[in-house]
Amino acid sequence: MKAAAFDYVRAEHLDEALDVLGREGSDARIIAGGQSLMAMLNMRLAKPRTLIDIMRLPELARIESKGGTITIGAGVRQASLQEWPELGRDLQLAALALPWTGHAQTRSRGTVCGSIAHADPSAELPLVLQALAGEVHLRSAKRRRRVAANDFFVGMMATTRADEEMIEAVSFPAVHKRSAFREVARRHGDFAIVACAAVATANGVRLAVGGVADVPTARDFPDLDGSALDDALNGFAYSLDARDDVHATARYRRDLVRMIGRDLMREVLQ
Amino acid sequence: MSRLQAGRRHSVRFSLNGKPCTGEAEPRLLLTDFLRHQLAATGTHVGCEHGVCGACTVSIDGKPARACLTLAVQIDGCELRTVESIAPSPDRLGILQSAFKRNHALQCGFCTAGILMSLDCFLRAHPRPDEESIRDLLCGHLCRCTGYTPIVRAAIEAAAELVDHGKEKTDA
Repeated sequence: MKAAAFDYVRAEHLDEALDVLGREGSDARIIAGGQSLMAMLNMRLAKPRTLIDIMRLPELARIESKGGTITIGAGVRQASLQEWPELGRDLQLAALALPWTGHAQTRSRGTVCGSIAHADPSAELPLVLQALAGEVHLRSAKRRRRVAANDFFVGMMATTRADEEMIEAVSFPAVHKRSAFREVARRHGDFAIVACAAVATANGVRLAVGGVADVPTARDFPDLDGSALDDALNGFAYSLDARDDVHATARYRRDLVRMIGRDLMREVLQ
Repeated sequence: MSRLQAGRRHSVRFSLNGKPCTGEAEPRLLLTDFLRHQLAATGTHVGCEHGVCGACTVSIDGKPARACLTLAVQIDGCELRTVESIAPSPDRLGILQSAFKRNHALQCGFCTAGILMSLDCFLRAHPRPDEESIRDLLCGHLCRCTGYTPIVRAAIEAAAELVDHGKEKTDA
């Protein structure tokens, strides 16, 4: 388990990173905290020719809160977001999900944007981005664009990021409505078998599910109760096309969506 | 911008357990292999090599980190501490290590180096931890011998002792 050979570029300015990415495209990969990418390199699931380290760029290590939007730069580690004083007030869902994101020993290095770039369907931070309808800020040497979470994730570990683009930041709307998060995994901190996030909306609840479909998936529900709620959750659970794997059966995953979904919706609607 | 070419060795300067240290590493060399094979610092163990087991946990700039998910070249300019820094001298155990010994918090010892480093970082930041927070920290480590309970006990004992130890130092 040793990575294949690659050049290592330590960028001192963002332009340098974008320049190398523009020239080398899919042969180059950005490395930030490395907590997803290094495992992929060690297992040779990824064999880039060049790694571009962006962790020496202070302009990317910022959390900005402006006009009801929280923007988290590509260099912000998960542990730094966890320690951000406004987190519990403005991004309650992230505050609830971060303790489930890996372990203290990986959050200390791993970044928020890195987890979103990796786009594992059972990862917590992509789920939070989808639940809050956040945006991914992509940048290449030539252009900048913002992509809504729902359009960003297109498949298992697949996103709409072009080869010459990097994630510069992600942004979340500040949400002061009730939020809830729950996850079932073999060990706390492992990838979720099923993870659910719920946020109260103006007329009901937005429920997002990770670990079941190829991408984290959100649906808005009106304020339902009793069998109408059961039917709605059952329809949602089936729409996610759960599959059997070594961790759990499709049926168990659907069960978890129905049960956790119901609990979380009750919790945020109280 | 610096570009370190594949297949060649590049100089890495950092501080290892408080002392300046220089080594040479290819870009793809993991921090685990760099420590063990280049610097003969074999206290850091290699387990799963994908960040799951926690055996290779070290402290980078005071924060716990998986050495197997870190490239040697990434620690240029950083302060690195490994399990070799825990004992006050080669013939004496540190407070955490003594607590582990007293409580039978290790059997084969393979996971111990990583757990000691996690606890060392954690207790510096949280001198009066509760059992729940220690168990939460330990979920980042796999131990197949102890069942974790003796490790939790050792950590709580060591935490209390470290607080007393700190007081003695200030009073003196």
